[in-house]
Amino acid sequence: MARKLPAVDVVLVGFGWTAAILGQELTDAGLNVVALERGGWRDTSTDFGVTFAQDELRYYWRRALFEEPARETLTFRNDQSQTALPMRHLGSFLPATGVGGAGIHWNGQNWRFLPSDFVAKSHNTQRYGSLPDGMTIQDWGVTYEELEPYYDRFEYICGISGKAGNLNGKIQAGGNPFEGPRKREYPNPPMEMAYAPTLFAQAATETGHVPFPCPSANMSRAYTNPLGVTLGPCTYCGFCEKFGCGNYSKSSPQTTILPVLMRKKNFELRTECEVLSVKHDMAAKRATGVIYVDTQGEEWEQPAEIVVLCAFAQHNPWLMMLSGIGQRYNPQTGEGTLGKNYAYQIVSSVDVFFDDKIMNPFVGAGALGIGVDEYNGDNFDHAGLGFIGGGYLACWQTNGRPIETHPVPKGTPKWGAKWKQAVAKNYLTTATIATHGAVMSHRGNYLDLDPTYHDVHGRPLLRLTFDYTDNEHKMSDYLTDRAAEIAKAMKPREFHAKKREGHYSIVPYQTTHNTGGAIMGTDPKSSVVNRYLQTWDLHNLFVMGSCVFPQNPGYNPTGTVGALTYWAADAIKNKYLKNPGALVQA
Amino acid sequence: MSGPSVSRRDLLSVGVAIGSTAALGSGADARSYAGKMPWIPGEANAPEPITAGPFQFLTPDEATFLDAAVARLIPADDLGPGAKEAGVTTFLDRQLAGPFGKGSRWYMQGPWKKGESTQGYQSRLSPAELYRAAIKDIDAHCNEKFSGKKFSQLTADQQDQILKDLEQGHLKLKDSEGKTFFTVFLQNTIEGFFSDPIYGGNRDMVGWKLIGFPGARYDYRPYVKQHGKKLNLPPVGLKGRPGWNPNT
Ligand SMILES: Cc1cc2nc3c(=O)[nH]c(=O)nc-3n(C[C@H](O)[C@H](O)[C@H](O)COP(=O)(O)OP(=O)(O)OC[C@H]3O[C@@H](n4cnc5c(N)ncnc54)[C@H](O)[C@@H]3O)c2cc1C
Ligand code: SF4
Repeated sequence: MARKLPAVDVVLVGFGWTAAILGQELTDAGLNVVALERGGWRDTSTDFGVTFAQDELRYYWRRALFEEPARETLTFRNDQSQTALPMRHLGSFLPATGVGGAGIHWNGQNWRFLPSDFVAKSHNTQRYGSLPDGMTIQDWGVTYEELEPYYDRFEYICGISGKAGNLNGKIQAGGNPFEGPRKREYPNPPMEMAYAPTLFAQAATETGHVPFPCPSANMSRAYTNPLGVTLGPCTYCGFCEKFGCGNYSKSSPQTTILPVLMRKKNFELRTECEVLSVKHDMAAKRATGVIYVDTQGEEWEQPAEIVVLCAFAQHNPWLMMLSGIGQRYNPQTGEGTLGKNYAYQIVSSVDVFFDDKIMNPFVGAGALGIGVDEYNGDNFDHAGLGFIGGGYLACWQTNGRPIETHPVPKGTPKWGAKWKQAVAKNYLTTATIATHGAVMSHRGNYLDLDPTYHDVHGRPLLRLTFDYTDNEHKMSDYLTDRAAEIAKAMKPREFHAKKREGHYSIVPYQTTHNTGGAIMGTDPKSSVVNRYLQTWDLHNLFVMGSCVFPQNPGYNPTGTVGALTYWAADAIKNKYLKNPGALVQA
Repeated sequence: MSGPSVSRRDLLSVGVAIGSTAALGSGADARSYAGKMPWIPGEANAPEPITAGPFQFLTPDEATFLDAAVARLIPADDLGPGAKEAGVTTFLDRQLAGPFGKGSRWYMQGPWKKGESTQGYQSRLSPAELYRAAIKDIDAHCNEKFSGKKFSQLTADQQDQILKDLEQGHLKLKDSEGKTFFTVFLQNTIEGFFSDPIYGGNRDMVGWKLIGFPGARYDYRPYVKQHGKKLNLPPVGLKGRPGWNPNT
C-alpha cells in the first residue's frame, strides 16, 4: 500500500524541459508545485565540467546520461504481423533520465513549425485532394498565430541565436524566408559560421536557394534571459548533442530556469522518484494524484489538484495506459485515441568529399549550421510528386568525435587497411548535408501495451508498431536528390548520397523526435487532449511534450514543445484556475 | 545523474531525504530539494580511469585471439600504429570486466527470439558472455579447418577471410552468433582505438593523431573562422598530454 502524503496544488511527472517551464509558470501563479523526477540531480559544474565533459565513450557510447533499458524500455515491431521484441539497448532514440531531461543533451536546433503544419489535414486536402489510403493526419486545434507569442517566450528564455526571415510579414534578408511571421528578431545574432556550412551556403545560393543560419540554442554571445539567468558564449567544443554543456552555453532547464525556480518557497523537487501511475476518479472526471516509488522500493501517493505529465514523448501515453485512462486506439477499427498516430522523423544525408578543403569538423556546436527550407512542409508545389510534407536540408557542423565520425567514400570496406586509409584521408576534408523529413501519421503506426514483456516494476512495456510508408520514402528520396544537387554544386572530389532505404530500424541513432500517442485536436473522438493540452477525460490532467503532435512536421520538435507548454501554462493560469473544469466543451 | 561521486552526506544537508539506502537504479536515494539551489562545492562527477595491471576478464588465450583480430580490423601500416599497438586488447578487457560486459544497462529478460534485423540485439548473452563464447567457437572452427591451428596462428589473409565470413553471417558458430559478435566486436575495437586514453586504448593518442583530432579540448572560438586552415593542434587527453605529465 502506498503511503499517502499531504496534498499539493500541482504535481509534475518528470523534471525535464516541459516540467521546468511549468514549475516556473505555476509557482509564479502562487501554486504549490512538486516535481517528481526518476533520475538524480545534476548541474553544470558538478556533472558537466569542462575538464571531463568531452568524454565520447562515457557519455555517448556508454550512455551515461540516458534512460536504462534494464529498468524501462519498449518493445518494437515494424507491423502487426511481427512479434514485438524488447529494445534491449538504446539505439534509434535516446530518452533522458535525470533533472533537465533531454534538455541536457539535445543539440539545441530550435525551430518553429510552419503555419500550414498546424492545419496539415485541411491545408493538404484543400490543395491536393484526398489523402493517401491509411494516412491519419489531423489539424492541431491551435494555430501558428495563436502560438507565436509562446514561441517568442521560449526563444527569449533560451536565448536562441538566429536571424529573422519574416518580421510581421516582411521578408528579411539573411533569414529563412519561409518561416511564419515573427513579431521580433531572435534574442541573439547567429553563431559564427564554420567552413563546411559556408561552402554549402555558397552552393545553395548558386543553385537558386535562400540559405540561412539555423536557429540555435548554443549562445552566440553572453546572454541574460527574462528571468535574469545568464548564459555564457558557446566555445564550439564539439561535444554538444549527447553531452551536457560545461560552459552554461546551451539552453537547458539548468541554464535558463532552475536557478530561479529552485529557490522558490512554493516549489519542491523530489529526485529518484519514479511515477508508476496516475490515480483518478472517473465519475468526478478528475485525477486525484500520482503513485510513485522511491529507490527503496517504497510506494507513495502524492495527491494533487492538478497533475501534469512531463515525462517525455512516449512515456506520457504509456503512463496513461498503465493508469487505465482514456480509450486505447484500435488499428483494426480506427477507434480509440490513446496510442494513436505515433510518428517520428525520416533522415538521410549526403557526404561531400574534398581533397584540399580542410573543414576541421571538431570545431562544432550542436546547432551550428546553414539550412535551406525550400522543400519543407508545403513550401513547394507537390502536384504530381506522390507525397505530401517535406523537410529542411542543412549542413551542420556539430562535431568531429572520432568514434562516431568517420565519413568514407562509397565502396570502402568497414574495417582493415583500406578503411583506415580512407578514414585518415577524409576525416578533416568532408562536409555532410543532412535532410530532416516529416513523418505523416498512419493507421498502422501506434503505441499500445506489450502482452509479454515487463519493466523492472513488473508493468507491461510499451509496444511500438512503426514503419515508414510510401509517403515518407518518396519524400525523403526527393529531399536527398535535392541535397545531392547542392552537393554537386559544391564541386567536391566526389559525393555519396545515402538514401533512407528499407524498413524503419530501432538500431542506428536517428533522432529523439518521437511524437504522437496522446495527440491534441478538436474533438474527443479523434484526440486525447484538447487545444490546451488538457485531457478530454479528466479536466485536471494535462499532458505536455511531443506526444501531443498529431503528426511530425519536418523540423526538430522542441521549439514547438516549448511554445505549447507556455501556451498550456497560460491556459491553466488564466482560464483553468478561475474555473476548474473542461476548457473546451466536447 | 550525479553518480556515486556526489556523496550522500553532502546532499542530505540540502533537503530532506525520503529514502535511505539504494535498492534500485543509480545507487542514489530519493531526495527532496526546496528553497535553494543545490550546490556542492568541490564536487565533480569525474570519470574513472582504468587501473594498470593484469587482465581482469580475458584469459591468455582470449587475449591472444583479440590481439590478432584487432590487428586485422585496424592494422599497423605506413600511416602508423594499429589497434593492437594502441592497446585495444587492454581496453576490451576492462570494458568486458565492467558494467558494459555485464550488459548491466541492457534489458536482459526473456522470452528470447531471433527477431528481424530492424529489432536489434536479441541474443541472451551479455557482451562478456558473447565474447567468451564466440572466441571459443571461432578458435574451434579454425582448429578444425586449418588442422589444429588457432585463429592467431593463421596467415593475415586467412584471418581476414574468417572475419569477412563472420561479418557477412557465413560462418555458423556453435554457441554464439557470428554476425552479432562481429558487429559488437568491430564497434568496440573502434571505440578502443579512438576513445580517451584513460580507458586503456588509443595509447599515446595514436588514433587521434592518425586523423588530426585534437582530443579533449573545449574552446575552439579562435578557429571557427579560420576556414580551410590546417590547425595542427597536438591532441590532449582528459589527463593532459605526455609532455605535461611525464609519468602518466
Ligand atoms: C540526443 C538528443 C538530441 C536532441 N536534439 C534536439 C534538437 O536539436 N532540437 C530539438 O528540437 N529537440 C532535440 N531533442 C529533443 C528534446 O530534447 C526534447 O524535445 C525535450 O527535451 C522534450 O522535453 P520533455 O519535457 O518532453 O522531456 P525531457 O526533457 O526528456 O524530460 C522528461 C523527464 O521525465 C523523466 N521521467 C520519465 N518518466 C518518468 C516517471 N515515470 N517518473 C518520473 N520521472 C520520469 C525523465 O527522467 C526526464 O528527466 C533531442 C533529444 C535527444 C535525446
Ligand atoms: S558546442 Fe557550445 S553549447 Fe554545445 S556543449 Fe559545447 S560549448 Fe556548450
